Amino acid sequence: MSAAAAEASRDAVSRVATESYGRLVATLAARLGDLAAAEDALSDALTDALVSWPRRGIPANPAAWLLVAARRNATDAARRAGRGRAALAELERMAQGVTDSADLSWPDERLKLLMVCAHPAIDSGVRTPLMLQVIFRLDVAAIARAYLISPAAMEQRLVRAKAKIRLAAIPFDIPGPDELPERLIDVQRAVYAAFTAGRDEAAVEAAEADTLRRASLQLAGWLVELLPHEPECRGLLALLCFSESRVSPAPPGGERPFIPLDEQDPNEWDATLIERGERELALASALRQPGPFQIEAAIQSAHAERRRSGETPWPAIVHLYDRLLELRPTIGAAVARAAAVLNAVGPEAALAALAQLEAQPVRAYQPYWVVRANALATIDRRASEEAFHIAIGLTESAATRAFLERRRRAACGAPAE
Amino acid sequence: MKYTLLIFEKPEEMAKRDGPQAQAYWAGWQAYSAAVQSAGVMAGGAGLQVPATATRVRLTPGKHEVQDGPYTDSKELLGGFYVIEAANLDEAIKWAARVPSPNGVVEIRPNLVM
Repeated sequence: MSAAAAEASRDAVSRVATESYGRLVATLAARLGDLAAAEDALSDALTDALVSWPRRGIPANPAAWLLVAARRNATDAARRAGRGRAALAELERMAQGVTDSADLSWPDERLKLLMVCAHPAIDSGVRTPLMLQVIFRLDVAAIARAYLISPAAMEQRLVRAKAKIRLAAIPFDIPGPDELPERLIDVQRAVYAAFTAGRDEAAVEAAEADTLRRASLQLAGWLVELLPHEPECRGLLALLCFSESRVSPAPPGGERPFIPLDEQDPNEWDATLIERGERELALASALRQPGPFQIEAAIQSAHAERRRSGETPWPAIVHLYDRLLELRPTIGAAVARAAAVLNAVGPEAALAALAQLEAQPVRAYQPYWVVRANALATIDRRASEEAFHIAIGLTESAATRAFLERRRRAACGAPAE
Repeated sequence: MKYTLLIFEKPEEMAKRDGPQAQAYWAGWQAYSAAVQSAGVMAGGAGLQVPATATRVRLTPGKHEVQDGPYTDSKELLGGFYVIEAANLDEAIKWAARVPSPNGVVEIRPNLVM
């Protein structure tokens, strides 16, 4: 076996793993009804490929080869575990469907896998980690850091979730039309949560954060591919494109400095992602079923407007937040609306908007204090400084803390350092 | 596969078993049982007498301790159970959702295969 053959095989394995891992694991899991067994069988198949391909050559259809090998591994494992005849028969049947290695035409089961990962019977805290692990093979330690828990605890949650899928027989099925919209919301939320986790650089390193966000963008893209007529799937994809367009490249080995939206140079935003976001949003709007993700995407699209005109259309953004709050009232949206009011109308109106929230649990919510501090800056310096002080105390990321310190000094008229 | 639906009722709901609302209470359960039967998924079950009738036997090594049962400061009381035949968890959830016990809780457990 030549070193070149080994090298070429490694490249081929890594390529097919990147391109097809999610589809392969979904297909295996749907047939086995067992996510953990599917992962094991596929992981062994990847190892088999590293041994076999350098000797026998890279197969014409590497993904189909892996599926056949994984099926064989699953059958062996089921036999060893003394599984029933029915399970073995199902595996045999499945094997027949994939022997034609020239044609990769097995059914796409990815949506079923997403439905299982975000099933309401799975603890909501583990749905996103489960998707990230089983579809993208993300490292448990990295996922655990994003969720601020120990790798051992995360591993345990994932193992428990997979055992429940098998033992309680959570179906690898696409729900009927009466249930699909509600179940899709869980899937969309889990994808969005993965993206959000990838923005929290207080918890994960910049490179890991990039991986998380890229994985969730890819998932959102899948959802659109699988359900092209669901406007909220396109809305979600558009929202992620807009948000990603403003992420600056990570400095080598370091934390990204925090630059708030209004201080960012729109010419540095990624034009390709913005265009993709606009396109998806337009396709979603054409379906005429507005939803929270579409409205959030529209808000981000309005911010992107500054790239073209140099102006942010604040009154339009306030209006969009009003609609968002009608559909899905959250503290985050209410505080963001107050920030938009500050720019569209002025500090008094923003403070009035914030005052309406005070009954809600906003006092530990960092953005509330940031907006309050900004609104008070021209009205009451002392109160503004105090609000900045609390906001800083509630901030996790060092980069954001440093930024708020600068703003606080500017607001209270102290000389900048 | 078989699932057991453990049905936990609100105390005020269980209290309807006797009294003016008894007829409506039992009619709900009869209709549900009839539906489970006619769908061909009934695999067993029982309604249980109120917790005040319970006796607990605590199995400590070397002896067993018999106690008066009710520890009923809980918010939901076990009122009965059904064993149903269902293809998967989603089907079992559909049956659980039809249980006629307002504000109650249904715990779905996959049965062990013996």
